[in-house]
Amino acid sequence: MNGKSEITEKYLALFKENIDRISAISSPYINSFREAAYEKFSELGIPTKKNEEYKYTNLNIFFDHDYKNYFIPEEADFVKAEEFRCDVTDLDTHGIVLLNGFYPTINEKLRQLPSGVWIGSLNEAAAKFPALLEKHYGKYAKSETDGLIHLNTAMASDGVFVYVPEGVTLSKPVQVVNLVQSDEDMFNQHRNLIIVEKNAEFSIIICDHTLSPKKFLTNAVTEVFVGENAHFDLIRVQNEHNAACKITHTFIHQEKNSVASSNNMTLHGGLIRNSTYHYLGGEGAESNSYGLFLADKWQHVDNFVNVDHAFPKCTSNQLFKGVLDDMSTGAFNGRILVRPDAQGTLAYQKNNNILLTDDAKMDTKPQLEIYADDVKCSHGATIGQLDGEALFYLQSRGINKREARLMLMFGFAHEVIQNIKIEALRERMDNLVMQRLKGELSRCASCMVKCG
Amino acid sequence: MLIIKNLKASIGGKSILKGITLEVKPGEIHAIMGPNGSGKSTLAAVLAGREFVEVNEGTVLYQGKNLLGMAAEDRAKEGIFLGFQYPIEIPGVSMVNFMKTAVNEHRKHKGLDPLSASDFLKMMREKKEMVEIDSKLANRSVNEGFSGGEKKKNEIFQMAMLEPSLAILDETDSGLDIDALRVVANGVNKLKRSDNSFIVITHYQRLLDYIVPDVVHVLYDGRIVKTAGKELALELEEKGYDWIKREVENNVIA
Amino acid sequence: MEKDQDKILSDVTSGEYKYGFYSDIEMDRIPKGLSEEVVRIISSMKNEPEWLLESRLKAYRHWLTMKMPSWPNLKIPHIDYQEIIFYAAPKKRPLLNSIDDIDPELKRTFDKLGIPLEEQKHLAGVAVDAVIDSVSVKTTFRETLAEMGIIFCSFSDAVKEYPDLVKRYMGSVVPYTDNFFAALNSAVFSDGSFCYIPKGVRCPMELSTYFRINSANTGQFERTLLVADEESYVSYLEGCTAPSRDENQLHAAIVEIIVEKNAEVKYSTVQNWYPGNKEGKGGIFNFVTKRGICKGENSKISWTQIETGSAITWKYPSCILRGDNSIGEFYSVAVTNNHQQADTGTKMIHIGKNTKSTIVSKGISAGKGQNSYRGLVKVLKNAAFARSFSQCDSLLLGDKCGAHTFPYLEVDNQTAIVEHEATTSKIGEDQIFYCNQRGIATEDAIGLIVNGYAREVINKLPMEFAVEAQKLLQISLEGSVG
Repeated sequence: MNGKSEITEKYLALFKENIDRISAISSPYINSFREAAYEKFSELGIPTKKNEEYKYTNLNIFFDHDYKNYFIPEEADFVKAEEFRCDVTDLDTHGIVLLNGFYPTINEKLRQLPSGVWIGSLNEAAAKFPALLEKHYGKYAKSETDGLIHLNTAMASDGVFVYVPEGVTLSKPVQVVNLVQSDEDMFNQHRNLIIVEKNAEFSIIICDHTLSPKKFLTNAVTEVFVGENAHFDLIRVQNEHNAACKITHTFIHQEKNSVASSNNMTLHGGLIRNSTYHYLGGEGAESNSYGLFLADKWQHVDNFVNVDHAFPKCTSNQLFKGVLDDMSTGAFNGRILVRPDAQGTLAYQKNNNILLTDDAKMDTKPQLEIYADDVKCSHGATIGQLDGEALFYLQSRGINKREARLMLMFGFAHEVIQNIKIEALRERMDNLVMQRLKGELSRCASCMVKCG
Repeated sequence: MLIIKNLKASIGGKSILKGITLEVKPGEIHAIMGPNGSGKSTLAAVLAGREFVEVNEGTVLYQGKNLLGMAAEDRAKEGIFLGFQYPIEIPGVSMVNFMKTAVNEHRKHKGLDPLSASDFLKMMREKKEMVEIDSKLANRSVNEGFSGGEKKKNEIFQMAMLEPSLAILDETDSGLDIDALRVVANGVNKLKRSDNSFIVITHYQRLLDYIVPDVVHVLYDGRIVKTAGKELALELEEKGYDWIKREVENNVIA
Repeated sequence: MEKDQDKILSDVTSGEYKYGFYSDIEMDRIPKGLSEEVVRIISSMKNEPEWLLESRLKAYRHWLTMKMPSWPNLKIPHIDYQEIIFYAAPKKRPLLNSIDDIDPELKRTFDKLGIPLEEQKHLAGVAVDAVIDSVSVKTTFRETLAEMGIIFCSFSDAVKEYPDLVKRYMGSVVPYTDNFFAALNSAVFSDGSFCYIPKGVRCPMELSTYFRINSANTGQFERTLLVADEESYVSYLEGCTAPSRDENQLHAAIVEIIVEKNAEVKYSTVQNWYPGNKEGKGGIFNFVTKRGICKGENSKISWTQIETGSAITWKYPSCILRGDNSIGEFYSVAVTNNHQQADTGTKMIHIGKNTKSTIVSKGISAGKGQNSYRGLVKVLKNAAFARSFSQCDSLLLGDKCGAHTFPYLEVDNQTAIVEHEATTSKIGEDQIFYCNQRGIATEDAIGLIVNGYAREVINKLPMEFAVEAQKLLQISLEGSVG
C-alpha cells in the first residue's frame, strides 16, 4: 500500500496526542506494548474493503467521524451506569459492569471469589499479577492483516481480567455488562484477558448495551487462554442501538484436550463486526464457534471466524446463521486452516442465511485451507428462503402459513441458541427471538435507549 | 366421505392424472396399487393440496365440500391427513412444539380451547404407547436424524395425535423392515373406526397382509384400470404389473 | 469399456509425461522481449488491419500500468517479460489449407500427438484447428462445415475474412482491462481459433483446437472466439501439450463465448501442458481468462475441464447469465502432483431471471501439489428466482499436499437460493484395502478410486475424450503413493 489513508493518519495522530495521558493511568507492562503496536497499526492501517478479511464491511462511515475520545474515566459517569439492570431474571451470575471500557472506580478493583477465582480490572491486575500478564498479555492477539487489533493494543488501558486457577470450577458464570454512555459521540477501546488454567472450568457472558442515543464506536480485544483439559464457554449478547458500531476481536488459545466454545448472539446494533480466532494449540482440543444474528433496518452484521488447527486430533465446529430483514446486510467469512501434520483433524463449518426482503443482502465466504491429508473437513453455506417442503409439511398438519413460517424461522434460529448451556439465558434467547420474529417485540423494546 | 370425479392433473405441463373417478365411504380402507410412475403419489399430493400439481379438470368432494378450493392447512383441519412418502426434516423445531401447535390448530377449528400443557403431554404419552413409538423420538427435532423406519413411525404417531377422518398413506411401507411395518399396520388398525376412512397407497402387496383393504384399485398411466376386492392384491402379487399392462394395452387395441 | 479400463491400468505402469518431445521445425522467431515495437512487429507479420494494431497498442499501454494479481493462493516465481519470445511460427505455412504444403516434420509432430492433420485419417466427427507456438497451421473440415454456414478457422484468417464479426465480438466478453493477463494477451496474441455457428444450426461434429508449445523460451498467447447464434448448438474441445524443459514457459490465453437466444455451447478442455519434473523444475505457467455470456433467453454454457498439466494453473471459466432462464454449468477435475499448483474455479454472475448455475469441482492433490478452488456466485438484485448449487470436493493423497476451498457467495435477491457444499478428505484406506483384498495393487486401486471420484465430471466430456481423460488422471498421479 502506498501512502496511508487519511483516516488512518487521523488515528495515528490521535495516538501521538494522547499517549502520555493514556500511559499515565496505565500499568507499565501494558504501556510497554504501545510503541510496537503503533508501528504495526501504522503499517496496516484501518481496514478497507480491499482487505480480504473486510471485503464486505465498510468501516469508514464509523471511523471517519469526530468522536469524543474516552481515555480517562470519570466518577460521575459510573453513578449513572448503576441504573442499569439486566433483564434476564433467572440468571444467577457474578456481575461486572464496564462503563465505556473501564472497570468502575467505585468498586473494589480486583476481588477474589470464595472459589479462588480472581475477577476485576485488567489495569489493576497488571500491577498485582505481573507474572500472569507477562505470560499471557499480548501473546494471542496477533495479526498480520488487521490493523484494528494493534490500534487496540496501542491505546486500550483497561477492561476485564479473570483468572481461574488450576483445577477450579466456577459453577456460576461471570456476567460482564459493557455499557456505553455519553452525551457526545464517542470512541472507546477496551481489552479483556481471561486465563483459565489446567483442569479448570469457567463460563462468561458478555452483554453489550448502549445507554444514550449518540454515535458510538467500540473496538474491543479479548484474549483467552484455556489450559490443558480446561473448559471454557463464552456467550456474547449484543444489543446496541442503530447508531452504534461494535467491533470485537476474540482470541481463544487452547491447550491439549481443552474444550472451548464461543457464541455470538447479535440481536441489535448499527454495525457489528465480530472476529473470533480459535487456536487449537494442543492435541485433542475441541473448539466450537456459534453465531446468530437478526438484522433489520440498515443494520450490518459481519462475522469473521478463523479456526487454526495447529496440532493433530483436534475437532472444530462452526455454525453461523443470519436472518436479514428490511435493507439490512450481512457477511460471513469463516476459515478453517489445517496445518501440515495436524493429522486426524475433524473440522466442520456451516453458514445458513435467510433473506426476508428484496433489499436485504448477504455475502458469505466460507474457506477451507488444508495442508494435512488425514482429515475430515466440510463446509456448507446457503443463502435463500425458508424451505418450501418443510412449510408444506407443517401446513399439511393443519398449521396456518403464518404460524408455519414462524415455526421454521424459530427452528432456524434455535439451532444456534440450543448450544447455550446456561438454561436461563437459553430460554431468554428463545423468547427474545420468538417475540422478535412475531413482531410482538417492537424492534427497539429491548434497547435501553428510548430514542423513539 | 370422498368422491373424486374425472380428476385430471399435471405437473409442469406434463399430464399425470388422466381422469380418476373414485368413491371412498366412511369406514372403508382403500388400497391404491400400481407400478412406479403411474401417478399414485400425485393423487396423494392433489388431495393434500400441494401447489406444484395443477388440477386441470374434475371435482373432489370431501364430506360434501369442494376440496380443491381449500388451502393445505384447512384440509388438514377438516380431517385429511397425508402420511408422507419422504417425511421432511425440520431442524430446530421440536416434535412437542410442532404437535402442540398442530393439535391446538385442529381444536381451534372445532371451537375447542387449547389443551393445557399437562393434558397435551398426557395425550402425547398415550398416543406414543398406542402406536408403540420410542418416547425419545418426541424430544428431538421433527424427523431430524431419524432413520427411515423412525420417520414412518413418526408419521403414524402424528396421525394418532390428529385423529383424521381421512388418512392417505403414501407408500408408508416403502423401505421398512418387518417390525416397523408391523408398527405402522397396527397403528392403522387401532385407529380404524366406523366413521373414518383410509387410502393406502402402496407398490407392494406386503403391507396388505397387515392392513386388510375393502377395495383395491390399480392405477396405471394416470387412470384406475381395475377395481376389485382384496383378492386383487394377491393376484397382482402373483402375476406382477406386466399382466395389468398387457391387459390395458389389449383393451386399447380391442 | 472393460478393455479401456485394462489399457488404462497398463498405461499406469509406464506413465511418464508422454508429450515431452521437441520437434525440430524451421521457425520464424522474433527477438525476445516486449515493447511497443514488438507489438507492432507481431501485427505487421500478420498483415493486420490498422484497427487491430490500435487495439493491441491500447491493451499494451494499459498492461504497463497493471500488476500481477497477488490474490490467488499460488507461489509464482518472478516472470521476466523481457526474456520471453512473443512470436514463433513454422516457416512454411500452408496456403489454402493444402495438406501437401505442411512441413513433414510438423505433420509427424501432430501424428505423434495423436492429432493427424489429414481429414480422412482423423477421428470421425471431429474437426481440428492445430496451433503450434504462435500460429494455426491447419484447420480440418473447414469446407465441410462451411457448407452449413459454420465458420471454423484460425483467428488470423477470421481477421482477414470476417473482420466485421471479429470486430463486433472480440473483447466484448473479456475486455483488455479485465485483468493483467487479459491485457497482456490482448496486446500480443498471435493466433487461435474462431468459430461462428449460424442461426438454427446444430454443429454436426465436435470442433476442437489443439494447442502445442514447441519452441524454447516462447510464450503462447492465443485467443479463441466462439459465437453461437440463436437456436444453435456446438460442442467444442481443446487440448494442450508442450515439450519437457527445465525453464518455465508462459501460456496466457483468452477464450470468449457469446451465446444467443435458445443456443447452447459446451466447451471442454483437457489441459495437459508439461507440469514440470518431480523436483518442480520447468513446466508451463497457465494463466488463462475464459468467459462466456448467455446473452439471450434460454441459452446455456457448459464448461468442462480436466486440468492435469501445467506447473501453475490460474483459470476461472465463467458465465455471465444475462438472458432470462439461461443456464451456466462448470464441471472441473484438477489434479496437482509433485510441485504443481492450481488455483481454479468459476464465476457465475446471475443477472437474468430464473437463471440457474451448477458447479461441480473435484480437486485431487498429491505429492507436494497445492490445489485451490476459488469461485464466485453473484446474484444481482433483479435476478429473481436464481438458483445456484456448488459442490466442491477435495481428495488428498499424501501428507505434503494441500487442498483449499474459497467460495464467495454474494446474494442480493430474496427469491434466490444459493447453496454451497464442500468436503475435504483423504483417499479411503478401507476402499484401497478392499481393492487390495480383491487382488488389485495399491497404485491401481488409487487409479480406480480417483477415476470413480472424478466420474461425474468425466462423463460430461465427449466420449472420445473421456477415455483420454481417464488415462491422464492415472498418469498424472503416477508415483503419488509412497
